[in-house]
Amino acid sequence: MSEEKLIFEKGAPGRRAATFPALDVPALDEAAWLPEALRRGAPPDLPEVGEQDLVRHYTRLSQRNIGIDTQIYPLGSCTMKYNPKVNEDVASRDGFRNVHPLQPDSTVQGALAVLWEMERWLAEIAGMPAVCLQPSAGAQGELTALLVCRAYHDSKGRRPRTVLVPDSSHGTNPASAAFCGYRVETVPSRADGTVDLADLRPRITPDVACLMMTNPNTVGVFERDVRAIADLLHDVDAQLYYDGANLNAICGVARPGDMGCDMMHFNVHKTFSTPHGGGGPGAGPIAVKEHLRPFLPVPRVRRGSDGTFSLDHGEPLSIGRVRSHTGNFGILLRGLVYLRSFGGDGLPEIARRAVLNANYLLSRLKGRFDAPYGARCMHEFVLSLSRQKRERGVSALDYAKRLADYGYHAPTVYFPLIVPEALMVEPVETEAKETLDALAEVLGAIDAEDPSALHAAPVNTPVGRLDEVGAARNPVLRWKR
Amino acid sequence: MAFEHPYLPQTPEDEAAMLASIGVGGIDELFGPIPAELRLRAPLDLPPHLSEMELKEAFQALGDRNRSTGRLDNYLGAGAYEHYSPSAVRHLLSRSEFYTSYTPYQPEMTQGVLQALFEYQSCVCALTGLEVSNASLYEGGHALAEACLMARNRTGRNRVVVSAGVHPEHLQVLRTYTRNLETTIAVAGLGADGRTDLEEVRRLLAEAPTAALVVANPNFFGAAEDLAAFAGPAHAAGALFVAEVEPVSLAVLRSPGECGADIACGEGQSLGIPLGYGGPYLGFLAARMDLVRLMPGRICGQTKDSRGQRAFVLTLQTREQHIRREKANSNICTNQTLLALAATFYLGAVGPRGLKEVALHGAAKAHYLADRLSKLPGVRLSHTAPWVNEFTLDLGRPAAPVLQAMLERGILAGLPLERYFPGRDREILVAVTEVKARGKLDRYAEVLAEVLGGG
Ligand SMILES: Cc1ncc(COP(=O)(O)O)c(C=O)c1O
Repeated sequence: MSEEKLIFEKGAPGRRAATFPALDVPALDEAAWLPEALRRGAPPDLPEVGEQDLVRHYTRLSQRNIGIDTQIYPLGSCTMKYNPKVNEDVASRDGFRNVHPLQPDSTVQGALAVLWEMERWLAEIAGMPAVCLQPSAGAQGELTALLVCRAYHDSKGRRPRTVLVPDSSHGTNPASAAFCGYRVETVPSRADGTVDLADLRPRITPDVACLMMTNPNTVGVFERDVRAIADLLHDVDAQLYYDGANLNAICGVARPGDMGCDMMHFNVHKTFSTPHGGGGPGAGPIAVKEHLRPFLPVPRVRRGSDGTFSLDHGEPLSIGRVRSHTGNFGILLRGLVYLRSFGGDGLPEIARRAVLNANYLLSRLKGRFDAPYGARCMHEFVLSLSRQKRERGVSALDYAKRLADYGYHAPTVYFPLIVPEALMVEPVETEAKETLDALAEVLGAIDAEDPSALHAAPVNTPVGRLDEVGAARNPVLRWKR
Repeated sequence: MAFEHPYLPQTPEDEAAMLASIGVGGIDELFGPIPAELRLRAPLDLPPHLSEMELKEAFQALGDRNRSTGRLDNYLGAGAYEHYSPSAVRHLLSRSEFYTSYTPYQPEMTQGVLQALFEYQSCVCALTGLEVSNASLYEGGHALAEACLMARNRTGRNRVVVSAGVHPEHLQVLRTYTRNLETTIAVAGLGADGRTDLEEVRRLLAEAPTAALVVANPNFFGAAEDLAAFAGPAHAAGALFVAEVEPVSLAVLRSPGECGADIACGEGQSLGIPLGYGGPYLGFLAARMDLVRLMPGRICGQTKDSRGQRAFVLTLQTREQHIRREKANSNICTNQTLLALAATFYLGAVGPRGLKEVALHGAAKAHYLADRLSKLPGVRLSHTAPWVNEFTLDLGRPAAPVLQAMLERGILAGLPLERYFPGRDREILVAVTEVKARGKLDRYAEVLAEVLGGG
């Protein structure tokens, strides 16, 4: 286990890993072409390595990294399911990979058909008629939908200022609301983790624009009062937002639209199997009910009576664009490949197996660990290691680090914020029973280990525990010669 | 018969054993918490599942309905450029330890992504001449919006002055992002030479307290701006100077840092990322060190591990939504890490000399083409300012039919400016990169001559 040099510390001046054809037109006289004031002085300090060293460097870095292809990745709220290889094959086809976003519509009928078809699939899954594929990830989807919500109220001459978020909600919910100019009010949850209708009722005033709900919520419990909550909100013309991060639990079994939700985002990079890429890219399309359709971003995909597709940039009430072009097309494409592989007949089976796997793993762990929200869950569950912390002096973080020694990526730790010493586990449907058994056994074994082993962990990884405080106190954020 | 699918490994025997361990009779019981009236009674109205073979056929047919840049001779740019990306870049990107990984929240297991992000940030700093880069944003328009919001936070002012040379879609994104924040956006026009009018900028800066001045280089119309000339007026007015830049051009153009910019942002697609019909791309953002705590998104930092080794970790997270919630600098969570890695691999492959070659070859070829085209009767360059590899061409007649005729001859001759600027119906924006052999450029000129002559 040794350090890996930076690419900048490898190679030698004069090396490179790419050459280009000799120039076949007259070269420009730099001095005559660009006045000195415009021209760069010193060349940028970029790496200088040969091709083999380049490839070796990043291959070695990849070996210092784990992914779904190397082990189970039970990160709660992240839906780390298998990333199908056929998705990658399709996305790398010349007809999708090498298409310019500003080509005339007549030359990109296949791409537009993909977008159009994806909209139809998502609308049907959401139970909402209108879809916008533009947002680049879940958080941008949230922002887009809230902007739409605001434009809707504006169109009625109203300016409600408050967005309600449950205390178990993801950080992007309040952050998106604030970005949209709203005041954020946090709603406490009941002991069972769900929103408390009695507590909520007095909060729902005409000043409320929207409530953002994750369902099942981030502790893995279905918000059974969702319909009643929707009715309360609708009484004052407030909107119910569905955060789709946990859609994997219900996709094809129940629909946010049928629950009374008015708008939602999808995390294509969670529910629909596209790779997380070490942190992104994703895609965060939104679906909305009919009354919100006029405010969706442009351009929209249209299908003419002759079956040809086009992009329509003119919608007078639209909030405008939230990004360039039509979205993270390559991710949406992979998502559509995945959806079509399951089909309408197979989709419910994803949620069924995800919920089965989560409940099975919970059944194997609940004897040993405290499950504050009971013996059943939807697609994920939260354990609290408060008792271990108290009795053994080991924290959720210690368990997470020790899991690494056994070759497992940890569940999400310390989220949601309302559960002390939280370990949030989402085993996903693509994992086999024996993989879950092995994880349960390792967690049990760690729980029986001497605390010192946990405090010292990890010892089998390329690096040990990091000095995170030092990193923030004396930030070193780039290489310097 | 149970539904069989390659991504679902549970056999009927597994299922029975698992249900027994849970203590329920069937999977349906697990859905009990969802009130019955909220559950779907009929299957979704969607086509049935497909095997992998069928999927490939279906999507091959869709892909074939696109005319790719492999089948058309493409001169479209306007923020997305057709460059050659070395084979090594794609091979490294397909290491699934990278692409199937999540955000590196457990750094001991994800040093690979973290170190590559640290190298990415170092590359962005080297290119932009600034001191700190984040680990990526969604795309160029988003990067511009976040840069302006940073300036708004820094100065406590709520107005930005934006050059009309900024990409019109990026300007639209900025408008959308600031819709409900009461931000005023004043647009400074371009002079006859195609560059941002410095006098108008001065006037607008004097008009009201301003958080940021934004100038793009090269600007949307291709002109190379005298970036350094704007820093003084911006700073004198108490505003931050934001430079939106194209990364390949930074091999030849003076960097934002050298020009006195406080923040640099832009679209990183040209660094080895496929055109891909518009995404996923790469938003980059760099700034002076004293602005680091206002930056949006993830930042990777260097530290030591318990064994004393150098190691990398996401840092300064108290800026971010998972900690600060509604007080966060930005709502971004998932970003474009894999594309940041692509840019790093690309820059590692070409190095400083290769990048300069890419920029110079593109510029030489673009000037060669522009020379030939501007000799055609009625055709001229719209602007006189120096430019790099993209130029605005005035065809002297309505462009739409000309572009259509060129397309019929297999050439995507450029972007009709009318798409963004109603009234500018005679002009097109033409981009040329290192991928164009002289023969193609000659053919472009010949075909255009023929189209214009025939009209
Ligand atoms: C519950 C929840 N909401 C929203 C988000 C934000 O989505 P994204 O990361 O795609 O922006 C996440 C992602 O982690 C999430 O878990």
